[in-house]
Amino acid sequence: MKSFTLLDGLVAPMDRANVDTDMIIPKQFLKSIKRTGFGKNLFDELRYLDEGKPDQSCEGRPLNMEFPLNFPRYQGASILLARENFGCGSSREHAPWALDDYGFRSVIAPSFADIFFNNCFKNGLLPIVLDEKIVDQLFQEMYANEGYHLTIDLAEQKVTTPGGESFSFEIDAFRKHCLLNGLDDIGLTLEHADKIRAYEARRREEAPWLFDAVK
Amino acid sequence: MVAKTLYDKLWDAHLVHESDDGSALIYIDRHIVHEVTSPQAFEGLRMAGRKPWRVDSILATPDHNVPTTQKERAYGVSGIQDPVSLIQVQTLDDNCDEFGILEFKINDDRQGIVHVIGPETGACLPGMTVVCGDSHTATNGALGALAHGIGTSEVEHVMATQCLVAKKMKNMLIKVDGKLGLGVTPKDVVLAIIAKIGTAGGTGYAVEFGGQVFRDMSMEGRMTVCNMAIEAGARAGMVAVDQTTIDYVKGRPYAPKGELWEKAVASWRELVSDEGAHFDAVVEIDGSQIKPQVSWGTSPEMVVSVEDVVPDPANETDPVKRKDMIRALEYMGLKANQPITSIHVDRVFIGSCTNSRIEDIRAAAQVVKGKKKAASVKEAIVVPGSGAVKAQAEAEGLHEIFIEAGLEWREPGCSMCLAMNADKLGAGEHCASTSNRNFEGRQGYGGRTHLVSPAMAAAAAIAGHFVDVRTFN
Repeated sequence: MKSFTLLDGLVAPMDRANVDTDMIIPKQFLKSIKRTGFGKNLFDELRYLDEGKPDQSCEGRPLNMEFPLNFPRYQGASILLARENFGCGSSREHAPWALDDYGFRSVIAPSFADIFFNNCFKNGLLPIVLDEKIVDQLFQEMYANEGYHLTIDLAEQKVTTPGGESFSFEIDAFRKHCLLNGLDDIGLTLEHADKIRAYEARRREEAPWLFDAVK
Repeated sequence: MVAKTLYDKLWDAHLVHESDDGSALIYIDRHIVHEVTSPQAFEGLRMAGRKPWRVDSILATPDHNVPTTQKERAYGVSGIQDPVSLIQVQTLDDNCDEFGILEFKINDDRQGIVHVIGPETGACLPGMTVVCGDSHTATNGALGALAHGIGTSEVEHVMATQCLVAKKMKNMLIKVDGKLGLGVTPKDVVLAIIAKIGTAGGTGYAVEFGGQVFRDMSMEGRMTVCNMAIEAGARAGMVAVDQTTIDYVKGRPYAPKGELWEKAVASWRELVSDEGAHFDAVVEIDGSQIKPQVSWGTSPEMVVSVEDVVPDPANETDPVKRKDMIRALEYMGLKANQPITSIHVDRVFIGSCTNSRIEDIRAAAQVVKGKKKAASVKEAIVVPGSGAVKAQAEAEGLHEIFIEAGLEWREPGCSMCLAMNADKLGAGEHCASTSNRNFEGRQGYGGRTHLVSPAMAAAAAIAGHFVDVRTFN
């Protein structure tokens, strides 16, 4: 996994509540058996005026010029500013894959859906929860200032505005450690292999039916 | 002894390791796999040269992409017309063969929607931890199990380590007491719950559904309710074990037998929240007040009773919510204050992991029996959740009732719930759907979904518009 330390990035808006993962990446693109290439179909039904098909080049497709990600001023954005309950619905990890492949490294919102939030950390994408009032303030500053950047310092757990105002955010120590160092969860878990085996041995005694093979 | 909730007990029984910051490893008893969220996980295992930790804990089946017409199904995987879907189903077959995983392949009698076949075969049991790369995995919580939807990286993680990295959630009790009125179903109960607490109301919580309504409810009904816990934001929903649970599990193919059965039952009887256990949040609803529900918008919380009118954004004080309502009405092609019963439907879908079990099929058949589908309804499909449900329904002659009424009887799969196969809505079409999500484009580009119970969907197929099933005959 790629690491996340310090990010100074252009901010783009997704100004609606309850953005679901079907909206982030519609189902027809879930037929891919790869992890990459989803960026061109991020928010497909909002970004384009026609219906997107899997395995189709998006060059030449009619763009919805009312959708902010198509505005010239937001090109190259790496921070998505969003509203409450971002990423609700389906557990598809294709949602963070699409955000990452498009170029986003962080999403800031007042709240996230659980599974999406979890999936972000597996992909070097940092979801940041800030108070609703602060998010509102950031939306206003972003709309008012073209080229609006934020600086995110994961080690310090701080988001800093161009005006120098800083907001701190919470993150689990373990997740922070993994993100800062780009660590693979599986490798870390396998360091506890003895504990897993000991658990299994005990549990096999207590509840042997849990270990009956499906066949 | 500290009084524990059902979730506390399930968590404690599966805890392998806990770090100082509260992040933990919990042991996973059953892992269910389907074709959409697994290919990248298998690829990850291959790249790292890893093998599944306990291969006999995994059960796979294709469901999201499979065609549901007999014509396409007759030729197995090679008969799938959509070449991209074919590759994905074929990839699951290849991966399961390579890693030695049991798979109910496309035309296996046991194939079906992951969340239907888990409980039905006894592969998922009370007291288990169950994961699947699908957010509706909470369905299995109806058994008194801890069931999570997970992402693809976690699918790979569970395969490689038999554990999930997790942090303990908070406890929520949703208590629905009283008796449900005639014609009011588990689907209406869960939609009413979502209407009350909102799509983020359960975020961060494991939800236990308690109260008289759930004690009286069948296992199929409890599965419908737990299935939609995620639509209320909760990753896991569950119901305490009682005699109904034990009677349901008994005799299932993978359920324990003989002496082991007695031992298992004794331990399952403990799977209830202790008297006085602490819940961080409690929501109480009077079940006798719940009416048949119909969603009008593009989020499952945008739902009202069939007696109501489409809400007016002008009455909403929160500006973000008001904007969402206006956008939803525009997308759905509806006007504020129009009666729900004035909404005409173009298609009807009876199926999905929410409502495709035998009880759902029976409820729909009962409504359409001896009647004819409205001519204005272009298509009404009934898609059983599994081969076993299909066989049971056919043994009861239910398929003939549907065909006689002008509905189509299909092969098992996820079908129009998320329209990854050929079953989908056209732009602008309204659908009475027994599925779980009414998001924009969910059932097809530009499609307009109304979430309802099987009986309400069946009644809409006959009437051509929403009707109150309690007074429909």
